[in-house]
Amino acid sequence: MRPLMRAAGVVKRYGAVTALHGVDFDLMPGEVHVLIGENGAGKSTLMRILAGIESPTEGALYLDEAPVRLNGVRDAAARGIGMVHQELNLCPNLSVAENIFLCGTGAEKGGVLNRAHERELAARVLARLRQNIDPDRRVDTLSIGEQQIVEIAKALAEDCRVLILDEPTSALSEAEVEVLFEVIADLKAAGVGLVYISHRLEELLRVGDRITVMRDGQVVARTDVAQASVAWIVEQMLGEEGRLARAPAKADDGPVVLELSGIARRRDRVSAALEGVDLTARAGTILCLYGLLGSGRTELLEVAFGARRADAGQVRLAGQDITALPLDRRVERGLLFVSEDRKAQGIFANLDVGQNISLSDLARMARRGVIAPAQEAGVVQRMIARLGVKTASAASPITALSGGNQQKALIGRALLPGPVALLLDEPTRGIDVGARAEIFATIRQLAADGLAVVFTSSDVQEALAIADRIVVMSRGQITLDAPADACDEGALYTAANRANPGVAA
Amino acid sequence: MTQAAQNIGTAGAGQATAGQVTPGMALLLQFRTLVALALVIGIFAVLAPNFLTLANALIMLKHIAIIAILAIGMTFVILTGGIDLSVGSVAGLAGMVAGALILNGLPLTALGYVIYPSVPLVVGMVLVLGVGLGLFNGLLVTRFQVAPFIATLGTLYIARGAAMLMSDGATFPNLVGSADLGNLGFGWLGAGRMLGVPVPVWILAGLAAAAAWVAGATTFGRRVYAVGGSERAALLSGVRVPRIKYAVYAISGGMAALVGMLVASDLVAAHPASGESFELSAIAAVVLGGTSLAGGRGTIGGTLIGACVIGVLGDGMVMVGISEFWQMVIKGAVIIAAVVLDRLQERLG
Repeated sequence: MRPLMRAAGVVKRYGAVTALHGVDFDLMPGEVHVLIGENGAGKSTLMRILAGIESPTEGALYLDEAPVRLNGVRDAAARGIGMVHQELNLCPNLSVAENIFLCGTGAEKGGVLNRAHERELAARVLARLRQNIDPDRRVDTLSIGEQQIVEIAKALAEDCRVLILDEPTSALSEAEVEVLFEVIADLKAAGVGLVYISHRLEELLRVGDRITVMRDGQVVARTDVAQASVAWIVEQMLGEEGRLARAPAKADDGPVVLELSGIARRRDRVSAALEGVDLTARAGTILCLYGLLGSGRTELLEVAFGARRADAGQVRLAGQDITALPLDRRVERGLLFVSEDRKAQGIFANLDVGQNISLSDLARMARRGVIAPAQEAGVVQRMIARLGVKTASAASPITALSGGNQQKALIGRALLPGPVALLLDEPTRGIDVGARAEIFATIRQLAADGLAVVFTSSDVQEALAIADRIVVMSRGQITLDAPADACDEGALYTAANRANPGVAA
Repeated sequence: MTQAAQNIGTAGAGQATAGQVTPGMALLLQFRTLVALALVIGIFAVLAPNFLTLANALIMLKHIAIIAILAIGMTFVILTGGIDLSVGSVAGLAGMVAGALILNGLPLTALGYVIYPSVPLVVGMVLVLGVGLGLFNGLLVTRFQVAPFIATLGTLYIARGAAMLMSDGATFPNLVGSADLGNLGFGWLGAGRMLGVPVPVWILAGLAAAAAWVAGATTFGRRVYAVGGSERAALLSGVRVPRIKYAVYAISGGMAALVGMLVASDLVAAHPASGESFELSAIAAVVLGGTSLAGGRGTIGGTLIGACVIGVLGDGMVMVGISEFWQMVIKGAVIIAAVVLDRLQERLG
């Protein structure tokens, strides 16, 4: 049998950075080919090239063994390549049928829509997926799982033969995952080839036929799923040389600073559920909240900080119940937070580095509401020196700094009011390796100074390298809570994939 | 610190890091509002013989004060990423309330008599009204999450309607007060002079200095810029975002009430349609001054220059005898040109 689609010797360079070093990949009809790798391994780049979003610097793509150049997503779709992104790209204000045919059915005369025709075609596609979704329903009334199905229907409506699914289950409930797997089985039977990207190892062992493991922009292993195991995949993904040095974990015996109990919230369109989570953070300890996307780790952190409401549960800071306190009162009591979304929720692009840092504690640098410039400059300068923020001056625009230095400035902002507990949501996201080490050093120093530090991560090595205690979340529940010394990669992966937590160890 | 807020004259806070443009071009772009002002003054100095006289300058400054005071309040609102469309109507209502208080006093129906408050008291009461309407806008924007455009559009209609209702659409004439009632002197506010300079110009000078200081030197000012830069980041840093929003709309409402009284005082009469479309002139002044409608970038100094451009352009065109219709076309073109240049600078910067 000849492959549906094939990539040969694909190289992708972004300026001086090479994201893919000559990758080969193929996809047979009726096959689920799983693509897996750590963040930054190059799987997203490969997938974007296959979907026509980007073009390779070198190398070639073949469809039915004929060489092809993809000129953008529309061109790829016309050739039967569809992709469902991890973040759903649907218009919530439009109906299912309107979303499926957002670019038209191709049968419009003079730009006039034929709604009856659209509806009929949509119903036919949904029937092929054996889904009972009314084409007239507005998308925002659908569950996340149903929306995922609509995305797949959208791709199928273009007669796709190659379907790329990027972490399709990260936002789905277990029942919805089952439905998705049935749909995948049907598509396979119809000869569609699927590229399936996921971090959920157990899930992809179930659904995949072949597996390709990527690391550092290369394919490091490829085998039939029947021959793979969770342990083997982890081994291949991490390699030997790529491991971060593990620092000895400290005993987790300081006084309790932050205590969450029974935190629960319902899932909504954009965020995960929490199902009665308990968490304790102690002074002088680094706690890592490890979990895959959609596990609820960010939501838990935001509930602790007061940036998100919970339906039930209690938050205690230094022994006092702060559940009812608004966010700004929690800040006053020494609970600080740094968002994972630096650009939208972290920096003020209109302010300079110094002003970005000082904002959290302006009152202390002012008398009767008037800022004392000398005092502000002094405080800012000390913080810049303490965290080693590399900036020409405090007056430089924050946007001129690298991601790592912006992150340090934001940590500086959070440190200024003198916190007792610091919550860092994915502090190393989008930061290069060198800066990452510096952020780690900063975090260690803060814990040594007696702070309770809680950070989230989706990188096992990072979790093992700097945490004293690791708490793993999966589907809104805690599946592992143990000293870092007692954990290894396999244990974290297994816990992060666990659907039904047993007794938390 | 760059102290963006104190950079008076640099419309917009852009650092002029010229890309492919020459340094001269970049400088010209950066100070474009000042250049525009110089151009406008130069053109009318040639075309209108009496334009460059002191007397005319003082009259123009008085007109500029009306727009500029509104625009100062508007600058704070726009810096947070909001907008206040209600200022013209609030000014109209404020003039009517002031007029009613002077003409008819404050009837205390329950006790059966009428109090005539003194002029300072009238001014205070009307300012409170303006701030109150501003707080109402703030309530809609924060508590009820109404988009500022819609919230203040609603207030625009309500305030205008209320102004009309007060007199059934008629003018309150002859607001001189009387010695018997102890409320003489309302006319001084808008038409009086100190050291030969109109009182509204003094008021503008004081308010502009205070506003530039508040924006640049106080914690409140910094937080206003922060909210406009990233509301979410401000919230997560512990800034009480709703409080900041209440405050900026209250400031804008207070400024509007003041302007309403200045206009009524100058005419010694309150007309319920007064202040119509003032909000548009104020927004135009703010935008001409380089403040970004997206929030976070802009200065009081820039707004002042913007108001001068609008004011001088308006008066100059009248003096030269350009038809009212052409005046509108030209004003519109100037505003569009200003914003296009703003975009251009942002791309080059």
